[in-house]
Amino acid sequence: MKVTRNMSHKHIKTAKLNEAACGMHCLKMNNISVRDGSQVIIDNVNLHIHCGKITVIIGKNGAGKSTLIKAILGEVKHEGTIEFSDLKNQRMENLKIGYVPQYVNMEKNTPMSVYDLFAGYISNSPIFFRKNPKVYRYVKEQLEVFEAQELIDKRACDLSGGELQRVLLSIAISPIPNLLLLDEPVSGIDTNGMQLFYKNIGKLKSNYDLAMIIVSHDFDFVRQYADRVILLDKTIVKEGTPEEVLDGEEFKRLFG
Amino acid sequence: MNIVYNIIETILPFPWVEYDFMKNALLAVLIITPLFGILGTMIVNNRMAFFSDALGHSALTGLALGTVFGIVDTNLSMLVFAIAFALLLNRIKRRKTVSTDTVISVFASLSMAVGLVILSRGGNFAKYSALLVGDILSITTREIILLFIIFLLTLIFWFLGFNKLHAISVNESLAKSKNINIRRLEDYFSVIIAIIVMFSVKWVGILIINALLILPAAASRNISSNVREYHLFSILISLFSGIIGLILSYYMSTAAGPTIVIIAATIFFLTLLLQSLGGKGIDHNG
Repeated sequence: MKVTRNMSHKHIKTAKLNEAACGMHCLKMNNISVRDGSQVIIDNVNLHIHCGKITVIIGKNGAGKSTLIKAILGEVKHEGTIEFSDLKNQRMENLKIGYVPQYVNMEKNTPMSVYDLFAGYISNSPIFFRKNPKVYRYVKEQLEVFEAQELIDKRACDLSGGELQRVLLSIAISPIPNLLLLDEPVSGIDTNGMQLFYKNIGKLKSNYDLAMIIVSHDFDFVRQYADRVILLDKTIVKEGTPEEVLDGEEFKRLFG
Repeated sequence: MNIVYNIIETILPFPWVEYDFMKNALLAVLIITPLFGILGTMIVNNRMAFFSDALGHSALTGLALGTVFGIVDTNLSMLVFAIAFALLLNRIKRRKTVSTDTVISVFASLSMAVGLVILSRGGNFAKYSALLVGDILSITTREIILLFIIFLLTLIFWFLGFNKLHAISVNESLAKSKNINIRRLEDYFSVIIAIIVMFSVKWVGILIINALLILPAAASRNISSNVREYHLFSILISLFSGIIGLILSYYMSTAAGPTIVIIAATIFFLTLLLQSLGGKGIDHNG
């Protein structure tokens, strides 16, 4: 199904939707611009995103993909507005964002278990003091979603790229966000890890009521999983279905 | 206080315990070293060693400004200056235009130079040189009680804020996505370091205060596999070095601070050895 920026309520009702995703939450980004001094990093980006959909952002290095993600997170100052509303009752809601980073600050031998890493983000029970049994159970349950429960007592710095990513995914969906942001999630992960990752993304899409924005360089993945593709080069150069974008002139010009 | 003294004398029937200044010093060590052990874990995690070092050096400037403005209690001018200095460094760091190390180095050098220029006017610096090495034997009961209050406040902050600080140190964007107020926590943490450094620098000395902050945590890091062990070992190593260093300094008639540092550094190298032995073992198995 095609999601246009000016989608009306009628379209949503007639659209085929996943069972879990209601399709009634919508996220509008209006005229997002980011400047660093006089340099323009993001120029006037407009996005309209619905739950249950995967939007993939592609673009060359320096196109502003990570900056756009950080602007959505509120980490980078931006112009323009981000609105999140529930179309069922026309109410503005607080947007809960889940984020899966590209990397975490960890040296070799960092004394931090997966439990510490996880609980630090989702619990106030001090992780230096004791393992809180309630939190421990919850963390384990959340890790189970991505078959990572056995990793809970391992040192985070000893995990493989794919294992760490499953842990980070679990953290991002605890609690379940309205919008999940993934910044180049498959960098540094082997083929098996990538397959598992794509399977997990599919699982998230069909089981949870959330929208996903993924920054990716993997065009096979884009063709297979993306509902909508955004080609970014400071501003939106082209958007549409994977076919429309990947077979378009603009894509060839930038990547050809 | 007499009750505390009696307890110490009963538990520790050694000749050095007879002196009140040694009992005071011991109490100070029992408060300062665990505090340093705890704070050190996060300072090492965040690679803030240079930051805490610069803060220590800013003590001279605070002292100097206090004498210039005729403030009777130079503790106060040191504290105010250190807090302002810490917050200023945070502001500049966030601009990300110059590398953090360079910024800190520039400001630390400048502030120390200003302090030295003011204090050395008329060739009087010798009067202040005690601040460089520190003298834990001169601590008074009032100051011990003050240290203890700071200790309790830090513990409260640690219980309430550690998870968030930890989250920020692992990945700022991820912390932001969980609605953690990064600036506020970083500022709180820096202010706490500033307060503790200023209140202990007189007893420990500008030259070595950073070693006491960093060494126990760095040693603990070598032998821990999670945050709990990291804290526990850091506190134990810090306490152990403090107590043994103090006693040794009494018998050898050396300055207490540097003696403690040597013990802590020795432990650091031992843990490094342990780690490399352990690492080899894992390689064989795997």
